Amino acid sequence: MVETALKEKKCRGEFIKPGRHYLEGSEACVEGALLAGMKVYAGYPITPASEIMEHASRRLPQVGGRFIQMEDEISAVCALIGASWAGAKAMTATSSPGFSLMQEAISFSIMTETPLVIVDVQRPGPGQGYITTSQEDVMQARYGHHGEGPIIALAPSSVQDMFELTIEAFNLSEKWRTPVLIMADETVAHMREQLIVPELDTIEILGRRKPQDLNISPEAYLPYGHDIVPPMANFGEGYNINHVSLAHHADGSVGNYSLEVHRENIERLHQKIEGNVNEIARVESQFLDDCDHVLICYGSVARTGLEAVREVREVHGIKIGFIRLVTLWPFPEEKLRNLISMVKTIFVPEMNLGMIKHPITGALRDKCDQVIPMPEIGVLHHPDKLVNQILEVTTC
Amino acid sequence: MKTNERFEIRVAGFGGQGVVTIGRILGEAFTIYEGVNSVNTRSYGPESRGGACRSEVVVSRGEIHYPSVRKADVLVALSQAALDMYIPDLKEDGILLIDPNSVKDVPKKHLCYGVPAMGIAHSVGDVKYQNSVVLGALAALLKSMLKKESLKSAVSENVPPKTVQKNLKAFEAGWAHIMNVKMVVAE
Repeated sequence: MVETALKEKKCRGEFIKPGRHYLEGSEACVEGALLAGMKVYAGYPITPASEIMEHASRRLPQVGGRFIQMEDEISAVCALIGASWAGAKAMTATSSPGFSLMQEAISFSIMTETPLVIVDVQRPGPGQGYITTSQEDVMQARYGHHGEGPIIALAPSSVQDMFELTIEAFNLSEKWRTPVLIMADETVAHMREQLIVPELDTIEILGRRKPQDLNISPEAYLPYGHDIVPPMANFGEGYNINHVSLAHHADGSVGNYSLEVHRENIERLHQKIEGNVNEIARVESQFLDDCDHVLICYGSVARTGLEAVREVREVHGIKIGFIRLVTLWPFPEEKLRNLISMVKTIFVPEMNLGMIKHPITGALRDKCDQVIPMPEIGVLHHPDKLVNQILEVTTC
Repeated sequence: MKTNERFEIRVAGFGGQGVVTIGRILGEAFTIYEGVNSVNTRSYGPESRGGACRSEVVVSRGEIHYPSVRKADVLVALSQAALDMYIPDLKEDGILLIDPNSVKDVPKKHLCYGVPAMGIAHSVGDVKYQNSVVLGALAALLKSMLKKESLKSAVSENVPPKTVQKNLKAFEAGWAHIMNVKMVVAE
């Protein structure tokens, strides 16, 4: 009795209070996750993502959650899968080399439709590479895991984003029953700035849709059926769940499966995310009216990008617009096409040698004369560099 | 400060001088206690492993996009190496604050103030208080844009509870040094 009471008292922690805070991106991410309902964090430390793990280790026990340091990144993400099927919202954070190790389990989670959240605080590679800032995993996020598995990936560019997009990531993962990636970078994870926390009851928190909510009996339950997003029962609730990543029928059985069954399942998985791209994916834009050129970017680079665009417009009078991809995957092709009528140049600054410029080119090749990548490795672009490059191209 | 104007402060020195803490406390003073936007970034990776350490605060009444210093309004150099590395990015009319015991070679073109942070901290009780001395000196130099009380509150909030009194003493000593002595070291 006494022990239980004490334990409960210890667990009765507090969430972050509404109002103005001054936090690091890593801390804002964890605070957002806690509000979203994260109950399990399993992870393995790595620079520059360790601050998220450290903060989770301090905070989770205070609010009745569980923090586990695993032996590596593979076991970390696998622990999330177990936690998620036990009914707990779960998250981990890692950096690029650790993200590589997680790919198999990401593929597994897509196939088994397991909600979980992975934060990748990207650093330059390949190999162990370097330990500063980077956006070199943005293609790995989509194509690093084997098979035709669609993914949701978000790109935060401020401390406020680290808070809000983490909540959004949990909501998306529960709503669409799929793993969601937060493609952060060292810059946004380590910078400190204002975080405004709204009144807690105004924050939308989504839970998973369960067969019980739809009056589906255990006998009638199909863990991979009923709907394009199947309702998800937790282990231990009396519903039989065949948790399987092999090609499976809607009831989870693997006997008598055919290529036809597999095709149908993959089509549904694909349709679930790509078919709802306009609901899932977000883009932000400024200065697009009558622009001759446009700069498209994401993550921390959106900060330098916007600064450069403003300067080029205000000081040099060049009509250049600005688009920020909040969501990288599913790629918001239609939204981008609707935003741009016809421009001369599309500039794509990225902290890699040119990755998201490929889907951008694919989406907009008939709407521009040229796409110009603005690569940077291991450091956030300096605004002067972007300004000079834009002027070179636009004033010649 | 006009709405969209940026005011940029860079603090640099060796690891252990409290460079990162100075940036964090400054940023918090501006944003939490004065309601002004600020972004605080810090050096990271190999550059900090070599012993050199840097922390930056960009302040603006408008939105802050690029989070790092473009041209510094204030450079706090706590080592000669830090001064040599970052002096080219200091605006011509920018302010330089140094610890004259560790920075000897100072270019003449900038307005330069000296505060013997290590010495004052030692007299307060421990060299670890030197970041509060520097913050006190900065409070004096920035008094037109940041209330002394705001910075003091941020110091009290961010140091270990048992050391608040000592840190505030160090802070006041740094403040008094700039207000009274106004030691210009440019020869």
